[in-house]
Amino acid sequence: MSDLYREHILDHYRNPRNHGTLDPNDATFEDTNPLCGDRIRVDLRLDGDTIAEIRFSGRGCAISQAATSMLTEMVAGKTIEDVKAISKDDLLEEIGIPLSPARVKCALLGLKVLKASAYGFHGWPGEE
Amino acid sequence: MSASSSSATTSLDAAVLRQQFPILRDPNLVYLDSAASSQKPEPVLEVMERYYRQDYANVHRGVYALAERSTEAYDEARRQVARFFGAGSVAEVVFVRNTTEAINLVARTWGDANLRPGDVVVLSEMEHHSNLVPWQMLAARTGAVLKFIGVTDDGLLRLEDLDQHLATGRVRLVSVCHVSNMLGTVNPVEEIIARAHERGALVMLDGAQAAPHVAVDLAALGVDFYAVSGHKMCGPMGSGMLYGRRELLEAMPPFLGGGDMIRVVGLRESSWADLPSKFEAGTPSVADAVGFGAACEYLTGIGMANVAVHERDLVEYAWGQLLELPELTAYGPPPEGRSGAISFTMAGVHPHDIASVLDEGGVCIRAGHHCTQPLHARLGLDATARASFYVYNTRDDVDRLIDGLRRVRSIFGQ
Repeated sequence: MSDLYREHILDHYRNPRNHGTLDPNDATFEDTNPLCGDRIRVDLRLDGDTIAEIRFSGRGCAISQAATSMLTEMVAGKTIEDVKAISKDDLLEEIGIPLSPARVKCALLGLKVLKASAYGFHGWPGEE
Repeated sequence: MSASSSSATTSLDAAVLRQQFPILRDPNLVYLDSAASSQKPEPVLEVMERYYRQDYANVHRGVYALAERSTEAYDEARRQVARFFGAGSVAEVVFVRNTTEAINLVARTWGDANLRPGDVVVLSEMEHHSNLVPWQMLAARTGAVLKFIGVTDDGLLRLEDLDQHLATGRVRLVSVCHVSNMLGTVNPVEEIIARAHERGALVMLDGAQAAPHVAVDLAALGVDFYAVSGHKMCGPMGSGMLYGRRELLEAMPPFLGGGDMIRVVGLRESSWADLPSKFEAGTPSVADAVGFGAACEYLTGIGMANVAVHERDLVEYAWGQLLELPELTAYGPPPEGRSGAISFTMAGVHPHDIASVLDEGGVCIRAGHHCTQPLHARLGLDATARASFYVYNTRDDVDRLIDGLRRVRSIFGQ
């Protein structure tokens, strides 16, 4: 089998969790990876400061889609402050596969979008 | 190894050539991304190292023997490149960093000096970004208008679009690729040149994907400008050629200003050097030029006709097998009308995932939009995977590609 495409990655790719859009929503953001044209949108519905519902949509490779699917499971029920505190290493650890630098960009696209959405402004709020 | 591997009948022995490329001596490496950049053979690497070790000094300055040797190495490289491409004179061969720089040079000099609001530059939908963006910038500066030759579903240029644009009488320049980097289409450039010249328009060809694969005789072609990257044809990165017809280059203003491109410099004004120095300001990349010249000699030694026959064999061999794979779509014309780059998609699998699975098996392909976003949009695609072949690839490499694609299918399911 593949080092990269382990069963949990393929499972999230084939059966993405929290897939879709929220209308109305309290926050939404979309971004692309110019290297490959991958596009991810994240919609949030809040209950106070807590993420009541999260959905993602878009197109892309198995790594970006699976990583974003996992990310939505990580943050469901968390607060916006919790989301801001998630590091890229937290997500990479959750993904748990060896990624080359080019593919790390795929894996982190969803986190970039979620953070931009949580901060309420455009752009990666810091690579830490 | 497949049984079919020995059945290739060309006058070029790729398995032997492969051993001349140090990177490719790794038997596990299958390099199928030569359309992005080719690997380098020993003769090119040796000549570049020898230049730095034995002949190095700045050029066109010193009167000492070493500086003269360095200048001679640079001049010889230009003669080799001019000979390879059939340029009428070394004065018509301007060294640049790459195809992109060559196209920008023409847009910035010929374009800025000649185009007026409403003048038309004709491009095509299959252009690399390097043959789109410089013209977009030129249009913004001058008020010139961009018109496009469309692409058929089979990946061919719609020449009737060209006729329609030419009929307006406003077309000053037609700039298209000789060979498409995504579709592999070999465009009918003789026909394009004839039609454009008949209407008084100049023609620039982006030769980045043609020069490595087919014999190009610029004087016979009668093209006005031709742009080439050395690194795609066994030469070093940072080497390239702009060919321009002498009377055009002489009438054009310089590109960059500085040393080497001048005749006399005053505090407030200067006069320009003769061709081709007029377009080569500053210390040139001599070692890269020397390597580029050596690459031309290397390919001449193999014979460009042999290169073309070998690649046709690989493309036919690959094309037939690719089309047999389930849920695989290949783009562009069939093998008779194409060069050695094949772009494809697999249903339900992103091209990046195809490339990553192939990489696990040592097979290098390109995945993405290949700097042709408008062409991908025209074909309704976000991205494609692309395998491209060169002199050092064998039928075994194709077999490894096909095996890898079967593995992709088994990982991602039908």
